[in-house]
Amino acid sequence: MSDSAGARMNPVTLLAALGRWTLGIIAGAGRVAIFAFGAVTHIIRPPIYIREVWLAFLHIGWLSLPVVALTAIFTGGALALQIYAGGARFNAEAVVPQIVAIGMVRELGPVLVGLMIAARVTSSIAAEIATMKVTEQIDALVTLSTHPMKYLIAPRVLAGLVTVPFLVGVGDIVGIAGGYTVAVYSLDFNAANYLQNTVNFLERLDIISSLVKGCAFGFIATLMGCYYGMNSGRGAQGVGRATKSSVEAAAVLILAANFLLTGVFFSV
Amino acid sequence: MIVMEDVHKAFGPNRVLQGMNLEIATGTSMVIIGGSGTGKSVALKCILGLIQPDAGRILVDGKDARQGDRDAFLARFGMLFQGAALFDSLPVWQNVAFRLLRGSLKRPKAEAYEIAVEKLRRVGLKPDVAERLPAELSGGMQKRVGLARAIAADPEIIFFDEPTTGLDPIMAGVINELIREIVEEMGATAMTITHDMSSVRAIADNVAMLHDGEIQWTGPVAQMDASGDPYLDQFINGRSDGPIEAVR
Repeated sequence: MSDSAGARMNPVTLLAALGRWTLGIIAGAGRVAIFAFGAVTHIIRPPIYIREVWLAFLHIGWLSLPVVALTAIFTGGALALQIYAGGARFNAEAVVPQIVAIGMVRELGPVLVGLMIAARVTSSIAAEIATMKVTEQIDALVTLSTHPMKYLIAPRVLAGLVTVPFLVGVGDIVGIAGGYTVAVYSLDFNAANYLQNTVNFLERLDIISSLVKGCAFGFIATLMGCYYGMNSGRGAQGVGRATKSSVEAAAVLILAANFLLTGVFFSV
Repeated sequence: MIVMEDVHKAFGPNRVLQGMNLEIATGTSMVIIGGSGTGKSVALKCILGLIQPDAGRILVDGKDARQGDRDAFLARFGMLFQGAALFDSLPVWQNVAFRLLRGSLKRPKAEAYEIAVEKLRRVGLKPDVAERLPAELSGGMQKRVGLARAIAADPEIIFFDEPTTGLDPIMAGVINELIREIVEEMGATAMTITHDMSSVRAIADNVAMLHDGEIQWTGPVAQMDASGDPYLDQFINGRSDGPIEAVR
């Protein structure tokens, strides 16, 4: 065995590498936490740039509606087909409305909307801000006495916090409508009974958990886009890496937050 | 007066500024020259506080640049960035009047628009440019808009970062003349960083050459050609042989 290979296999070297990796993770989490704190404080402290907030609401909320609705309607429809086929194995086809409702509202609605927002909005924010950084537009903002956190970050994070729960609500309704359409027009369910079962089965906590998840996922998605954009490297490669990392981080954090929030709301 | 005293700045192992000392008198135009990567832009950004120096002092009119009201400090400056750094999402007039539409210098929208159009006219652009987006303009026009933005709030101090980079010689000459005229007209203190010797001769009252993180030579532009400094001589004559190592 060569010396270099021996050094690689040395337990102390491995432990040191593990320690460096752990410290790196902790330092990264600390930087994100400080950034998030800065973003939140800039949301609540004046001045508020109304035009920027309005544009962020438009881009993050309104313009995401088509993709959210399309994702939800197909998922709701597929879910109805799956539950019907699965339920048929033990004569439980009648539970389609209940399972579609609970599946969409508690899990699929928030998670799919969160992931679609990560794909559409996080990437867009990261690429835009990273490009602004590379082309010195962020420096220009500072020299024009405008704080980038207040002008660029706070409006986007605020829009994520407010509009994504709204999108989740739309996704839940459209997803249930997708399930309804498939069940009524393809699986011969009675329309009135389907709706009645859906409404009777859903509880207030289901809806609250869905909207709270929307808030959390909107915050995560916009924050990651802003964080990686503001910390991007130089050149086209830096912008590309920031965009990729932001989507990866947002998606993983959304799924982790979903697990935690599900535990908080529904752990027995 | 802007004073840099023993300013140091390193990025990891790369020591960019290694004790930079420089004085720029009020109302004069200083041009800093030097090879690529010698820290010219870093020096400029240190003065503005965009980069924090590791050591040394930067004084503007006797006051430490890092202390006091930051907004009031920045309100004294205008800056033309190398790539103009215009905001893509805003029309030209809102770029020019950016500072006049928000913050302590905020004016009514109509007044800000009038000022923007007047500043555009000052840099040779017609009013119809005001409503266009930066992406619809040529490189030279973007530089002019950047210049109009730099002077929009009538700053006391104006920084120009590579003002003629990427422009053809005629447009570069136009920008150089504009800078000289505007600086004289406003009585502003100017600091320009450039590689372009025609810019140096058109813009400068004084010249400083930055090499190895320190000011190698400084003096009036009229004395530049007869300085006797081998570094400056090599640089201004564009020779590959001399004390400055030319990496091939």
